[in-house]
Amino acid sequence: MLVLIFALLPVVWIISLSLKTPKTVGDGRFLPAGGEWTLKNYKVLFEGGFDNSPFIHPLINSIAIAVIATAIAIVLAAFAAYAIARLNFPGKSIILGGALAIAMFPAISTIGPLFDMWRSIGLYDTYPGLIIPYLTFSLPLAIYTLVAFYREIPWDLEQAAKVDGATPFQAFRKVILPLAAPGTFTAAILVFIFCWNDFLFAITLTSSNDARTVPAALAFFTGESQFTQPTGNIAAAAVIVTIPIIIFVLFFQRRIVAGLTAGAVKG
Amino acid sequence: MSEIVLDQVTKRFPDGYEAVRDMDLDVQDGEFMILVGPSGCGKSTALRMIAGLEDITEGELRIGDQVVNQIAPKDRDIAMVFQNYALYPHMTVRENMAFPLKLAGASKEEIDSKVQEAARILDLEQHLDRRPANLSGGQRQRVAMGRAIVRDPKAFLMDEPLSNLDAKLRVQMRTEVSRIQSRLGTTTVYVTHDQTEAMTLGDRVAVMRSGVLQQVGSPAELYDDPKNLFVAGFIGSPAMNFMPAKLDGDTVHLPMGDVRLTGEASERAAGVQSGQSVVVGIRPESFEDAGMVSADVRDRGTTFKTTIDLVESLGAEKYVYFQIEESQVESEELRELAEDAGTADVPGATEGQVVARLESASRIDRGADAELWLDSSKLHFFDLESGRNLADA
Repeated sequence: MLVLIFALLPVVWIISLSLKTPKTVGDGRFLPAGGEWTLKNYKVLFEGGFDNSPFIHPLINSIAIAVIATAIAIVLAAFAAYAIARLNFPGKSIILGGALAIAMFPAISTIGPLFDMWRSIGLYDTYPGLIIPYLTFSLPLAIYTLVAFYREIPWDLEQAAKVDGATPFQAFRKVILPLAAPGTFTAAILVFIFCWNDFLFAITLTSSNDARTVPAALAFFTGESQFTQPTGNIAAAAVIVTIPIIIFVLFFQRRIVAGLTAGAVKG
Repeated sequence: MSEIVLDQVTKRFPDGYEAVRDMDLDVQDGEFMILVGPSGCGKSTALRMIAGLEDITEGELRIGDQVVNQIAPKDRDIAMVFQNYALYPHMTVRENMAFPLKLAGASKEEIDSKVQEAARILDLEQHLDRRPANLSGGQRQRVAMGRAIVRDPKAFLMDEPLSNLDAKLRVQMRTEVSRIQSRLGTTTVYVTHDQTEAMTLGDRVAVMRSGVLQQVGSPAELYDDPKNLFVAGFIGSPAMNFMPAKLDGDTVHLPMGDVRLTGEASERAAGVQSGQSVVVGIRPESFEDAGMVSADVRDRGTTFKTTIDLVESLGAEKYVYFQIEESQVESEELRELAEDAGTADVPGATEGQVVARLESASRIDRGADAELWLDSSKLHFFDLESGRNLADA
C-alpha cells in the first residue's frame, strides 16, 4: 500500500497540476486555493486543429512511430529469438552477447554521429530517422525477452508437429507462435514503451512537427504570453500521453497469462 | 503399413559418443516390436532416428522399401506418441487430433469423421471440446494416441507412452494399446524400459544395452533362451539369480551344494568343458519348497537346506530370500543392470542374495531353516568372461 502511494504520488500530482489555472499552478498545494479547477489546459492542446495545435501532430507521430517500430522489432525478434533458442549455429553466443552489448550501449554517445549521418543521407526529421535508432536499442531487448520465452516451450511439441506432417515454418506458426504469445506481448509492451517514452533521439533527430514525437514536443510548448510558464499544458499533455500506455498494458496484461503451456507435457 | 528395416544404423553425436552402434533390426509389416533396455541404452535414439528427429550417422533406414535417411519427418508418414504426450495446449482435444489431418489437407468431412472414429475407439467423445490442461493423465495419454491413429500412418512410434501414468492406469492402458494395435494392424515400434511392458505387449522384443542390440526374439525366447547375462538379468521379475559355479561332468558345484544336471540343463551344458568355471543363472521359479514338490518331479532336482532371510507374501505366491556364500559374480553387464535398477548402491543387495518364488501354500517362515528344492533341468550357463550363454556355443 505504501509502495502504491509512493509510486502514484507523482502521477496524482501531475493530474492535479494539469487541472490548475495559471494563477494557482505555482502555489505548491495539492488542491488549488479557492477550489478552482479548469480543463483549459487540455483544450488548449487541441486548439487549432492538425496544423496549428502544438500537440495533435506530435501525438500522431508518436503513435505511428512507436507502432511501426514495435511491429518491426517483434517480427524480426521472433525469428531471431527462435533461431537462437532452437538452432545450433556458429556465432550464436556472439549474436546474443552482441545484442546485449548494444542494448547496454549508452544512447547518448550515438547521438552526435547519428545527427551528422542522418543530415547527410536525408533521414533527419523523418519517421525512419527515429524508427531505425529505436530498433537498434529495442530489438536486442525484444530478442532477449523472446529467447527466454521460447526456451520455456517444450521442444517435443515442435517435434510432434513435425511428425504430424508440419513443415518447420508451419510448426513455428501453428504451434510455437501461439504458445509464445504471452512472451510476444511482453516484448511488444517493452518495445512500445521504450519508443513511446524516448526523449533523447526525438529531440535530437527532429526539427519540426513532421516527425517530432510528444516527449520532444512538450519541450517546445509555449505559455499564453512570454511571461507565463506552460506548466499546466505540459502536465495536461503528460497525462494524455500516459493514457495509451496504461490502456496498452491493461489490454495486453490479459494475454500475459502464465501457464498457457499447462497441459502440453507432463512434467 | 509397411516394414521398417534398420541396416547397420549408427548414431554418433558430435562429441563422439555412440548412442546406437551398428544396429540391425527388421520390423515386419504389422508387427508390434518393443525396444527395451535400461536408461541410456540408445533405444529412444533409435526410435527418434526412425521418426526422423535424429540424423543417422551411418547405415540405412528403410520404411516400406524406401530409404528414408534423408527424408524429413513429415514426409515419412509415421505417427509418434511422445513420453510426455506433447499435446498442443492451445488447441482442444478435437483440434489436437485433427491437426495432422489438417496439415495433410484432408477435407472437413473427412477430418470430422476420422476424429469422431478415433474418439470413439479411445472413449474420448465427451472430451472433444476440452483442452489438454483440463484432462487427467490417462485422458491426455489417450489424446496423444488419438492424434497418432487418426492419420492411418505407415507406422506408430511410441516412446515410453505409459511411463507417466500411475501403476493401475498403466496396466489398463497397456491392454488398450495392445487392443488398438491389433485392431489397426499397423506396424508399431514401442520403446520402454519396463520389461513387464515388453514381455506383455510385444510380438517381438529387442533388448539393447549401451547402444548395441543384444537379442531380438519373442518374449518366450528371451525368457527361456537369453543370449547373455544381460538379457537374462533384464528379462523377468524378480530377476534371475546368478552365482559362480564349476562344472564337473554332469555335476555342477553350486554354492548351495552339488547338483546333477537333468533334462534341458544337461543339453545346455553340453558345450561346457569339464572343470570350467561358469556363471549359473537360476530363475526364482526354478526353486520350490521341498515339502510342496510331489515325489515324481522330485527326482528331477536337488534339495538343499538354507536359512531364510526374508519372506514376501504376495497372496498368489511367496518370494523368499536367502544368502549364499562366495557368491559375487563379477560382471560388467550385471553391474550395469544393478545400477539401472538402483540397487548398486544398496549395501548387500546384490551380494549373494538369492530369491526363490514358492507356492503360496508354502509354510516357510522368516529366519527359519528350510529345505528348498531346485529344478536342475532349468539351469542356465554363462561364460564368466564374455557373459555369453554357453548353450549357444
